[in-house]
Amino acid sequence: MSDFALKVRRYDPESGEPAYWEDMSIELEPERSVLDAILKYKADTDNSLAIRCSCQAAICGSCGVRINGQSRLACNTQLGEASEELRAHDGTIVVEPMGNMPVLKDLIVDMDAVHWKKVQRVVPWLLPEGDPPEREYIVPAESMIDITQSMACIQCGACVSACLSMEADPEFIGPAALAKAYRFVGDPRDSQTEERLRDLAEDPHGIYDCTHCFACIEVCPKDVAPMSQIMRLRRRAIGDYGIKDSNNGYGHEKAFVDLVEKYGTLHEAQLLPKSFGQGSLIRSQIDPDSLKQLAGSFPTVIAGLKSGKVNPIKAIWHKKLADQKQVKRIYNEVESRGERIELNLYIVGEDPSDNEGEGAQEPAGGDRAGADAEAGKSEEGAIQ
Amino acid sequence: MPQHDVLVIGAGLAGMRAALAAAEGGANVGVMSKIHPVRSHSNAAQGGINAALNPEDSWESHAFDTVKGSDYLGDQDAIEIMCREAPEEILHLEHLGVTFHRNDEGKLGTRAFGGASAARTYYVADITGQAILHVLYEQLMKHEEVYRYEEYFVTALVQDETGHVAGAITRNLRDGSMELFNAKKVILCTGGNGQIYNPTTNALVCTGDGIALAYRLGAPLMDMEMVQYHPTTLAGNGLLITEGARGEGAHLYNAEGERFMEKYAPNKMELASRDVVSRAEQTEINEGRGFPDGTVHLDITPVPRKRIHEALREIVMVARDFAGVDILNEPVPIKPGNHYVMGGIKTDTDGLCPVPGLYAAGETACVSVHGGNRLGANSLLDTLIFGRRAGAHAAREAKAIAMPTAAHSQLEDEQRAIDTIVRRERSGRRVSEVKAELGRIMDAKVAVYRDDEGLKEALEGIKRLQEEAKTVAIDDKGTVFNQDVLGALELGFMIDNAEAITVAALERKESRGAQYRTDFPERNDEEWLKHITVTHHGNGNGNASSDDVPELAYSEVTLTQWQPEARTY
Repeated sequence: MSDFALKVRRYDPESGEPAYWEDMSIELEPERSVLDAILKYKADTDNSLAIRCSCQAAICGSCGVRINGQSRLACNTQLGEASEELRAHDGTIVVEPMGNMPVLKDLIVDMDAVHWKKVQRVVPWLLPEGDPPEREYIVPAESMIDITQSMACIQCGACVSACLSMEADPEFIGPAALAKAYRFVGDPRDSQTEERLRDLAEDPHGIYDCTHCFACIEVCPKDVAPMSQIMRLRRRAIGDYGIKDSNNGYGHEKAFVDLVEKYGTLHEAQLLPKSFGQGSLIRSQIDPDSLKQLAGSFPTVIAGLKSGKVNPIKAIWHKKLADQKQVKRIYNEVESRGERIELNLYIVGEDPSDNEGEGAQEPAGGDRAGADAEAGKSEEGAIQ
Repeated sequence: MPQHDVLVIGAGLAGMRAALAAAEGGANVGVMSKIHPVRSHSNAAQGGINAALNPEDSWESHAFDTVKGSDYLGDQDAIEIMCREAPEEILHLEHLGVTFHRNDEGKLGTRAFGGASAARTYYVADITGQAILHVLYEQLMKHEEVYRYEEYFVTALVQDETGHVAGAITRNLRDGSMELFNAKKVILCTGGNGQIYNPTTNALVCTGDGIALAYRLGAPLMDMEMVQYHPTTLAGNGLLITEGARGEGAHLYNAEGERFMEKYAPNKMELASRDVVSRAEQTEINEGRGFPDGTVHLDITPVPRKRIHEALREIVMVARDFAGVDILNEPVPIKPGNHYVMGGIKTDTDGLCPVPGLYAAGETACVSVHGGNRLGANSLLDTLIFGRRAGAHAAREAKAIAMPTAAHSQLEDEQRAIDTIVRRERSGRRVSEVKAELGRIMDAKVAVYRDDEGLKEALEGIKRLQEEAKTVAIDDKGTVFNQDVLGALELGFMIDNAEAITVAALERKESRGAQYRTDFPERNDEEWLKHITVTHHGNGNGNASSDDVPELAYSEVTLTQWQPEARTY
């Protein structure tokens, strides 16, 4: 048993008072969870402290909160570990309600107003073609395993809370709902794949509103990797259906990839013009729509010049990387492959004969951040 | 006053299935839950759902396994219905979008499960319950005509002057406002009551609300003594390790390194019925062959690694996060723990209770398909089959009647009762103290092994707690998310559940299924091949009082094609 110091954000909407911090000292074993500590406080001291919780086993998704600033489940965060984190304040565990959603009371946020509204937005039910078959739909075993990663989502909202894009654009459909969308797009039984992709690509707050920050992957307690699902949606939209969206999401990705292929690093002065021409400099110069969009971004460019963030000389005369040929080799290697390889790290297949070997020690999710970061990189390479 | 043809209370698998079926049947449906539907405890059903869908398998074989698993206490007509309709229900779920595991041909694939003579368990990794729950919620989001009341708690049911159910009194947890919901038919689908035990695999919300609501209305409860202890729960906190682990090939060992199931079930070994395996473990522990922390070991390492990642992913996480054990490389300490109540509100095969207008389905109900012991992967099936049947029947029946009259006076009574709790000065115990003592009593005296003396002591304790629950004081005086007042109401429900279980366990003077009496160690078909029902004749609402004596009665077990035999695995 040790004493753990907790600092909990409290808010009583009926008091007329602003939110405040409450300090508590809880004696429990270090393996016990932050939720256990809160429940002990409720049981012994003050049961007016409100938190949603039920299963205590990370399957119901009720107890999403922020602990030491990071969004996660209170029930599978151990006290000992939380108190030793660098983010903790001198060993004090700081517990707050989730972000990006309005607080209703203490640690309870309004998930209906944000999270569930966004889930509803992605048409979250299967839309098969015609009447169902007499028996089951015959589909590849891998496709079901593939979407089981999205099915593993418990709708806890941790990713929504942590999403930086949603902080900047509250209208962003967001990581949880888009991961849910992949569950249908990746489902061979669904008949509306292209319509779904077009819808999510054309929505200005859709799949191209994600800025690749990895926050959702880092916080997800179930290894759903929402950002990876968003990237899969993009690859399907571009690679399988060639959807060239009016948000220039496609153009922006193509411009990015083409410029790195040519220069080895990003030629920023060309990024915008190429993006608006759907990756083509020529198109952006002759297409009135593209020109209009380009003109719209002048204020940003001028602000960049004024603040000194952009050096006009360097921006226009961009130097190729010294060993640019190496970069080109990577592109050739990737493009030479006939099929796009989708790396699903949800289930790491290992040969049973490897059981004894030391190399087989690392299970899926063992080194989550590292493994997923790698996934992100290889996904970038696979865009084309 | 909100009005619905059919009001479903509880929105786990049974509740959502009932709501969808009632809506398909043309009824105006409201579905209400004290939590958001996807938080429901159906989530926790990891392993899968049984159905004889393979051409080589047969529903008769599934039904016989279920009858045998029930220790012949299950009603065979109900079991036949469940097993016959199972394949169609699995296909329906598949068509709705459940991502069931496929075999190499792309068809539905199965895994082995306890007490079953064929591999007939269909599954989604080890998140089967969660996958089905979320898919049913997708359907609710699609069917916008079904009204959802999320985070609403029902404090009491309402009857009209003739005794027909007329609705429910509800408290909106978000703002504490109370309302009278008027309905032609009410379906209770509030799950189990595991929280009366400590530890338990059940979630904090499993407080037997529906069972208590019906009990207070005078509806008979049946088979309440049959409480399942799951063989593999984590020692410290009671968290569940799926039976799927044993289905995939995991072994059980005692501290002497002996695979002890050889002694108890030489044929089925670890895949005998749950009551058999739990009793074997408890015997090993009681006779000193367990580990010092009162556990035995579950060893998953015989299962190929790839298979663990594919099919048992969730328990790798659970063992890692909650027990600090890497099950890929070492055994996990486990023991039997409270898991499921086979008993519940007595219903017929359409979910209809003896109280007119009242239905129940899922763990709340007792049809009875599980009898003395439920087979693994039959609970999801029970919720779906009888949830659907109850919803469809209620919708049909609702068409034939006018909206019953619900008196407003009961709303005022309920409001007053809550105001009394909120205003009460602190003198009695805390809700948490009473609940903790209830959990200790039940786990010590109404568990795997029971006897007359222990059960009587338990009942005495429960009667005392019943009185103490009337004076509990609470901290929260507010209306928004007042979880304190909610806890006090749930406590009353839990104690009613505990009373019914203990009274029935005391009455059944034999050992059958989950009920093992050390003073009556044999099954006695001559005297006890019958259901025990417990009925409360109180004042119609409010807590059962310590002076009330629940009425015990018996009802016949329906036998169709299987006569009781000795039960060996």
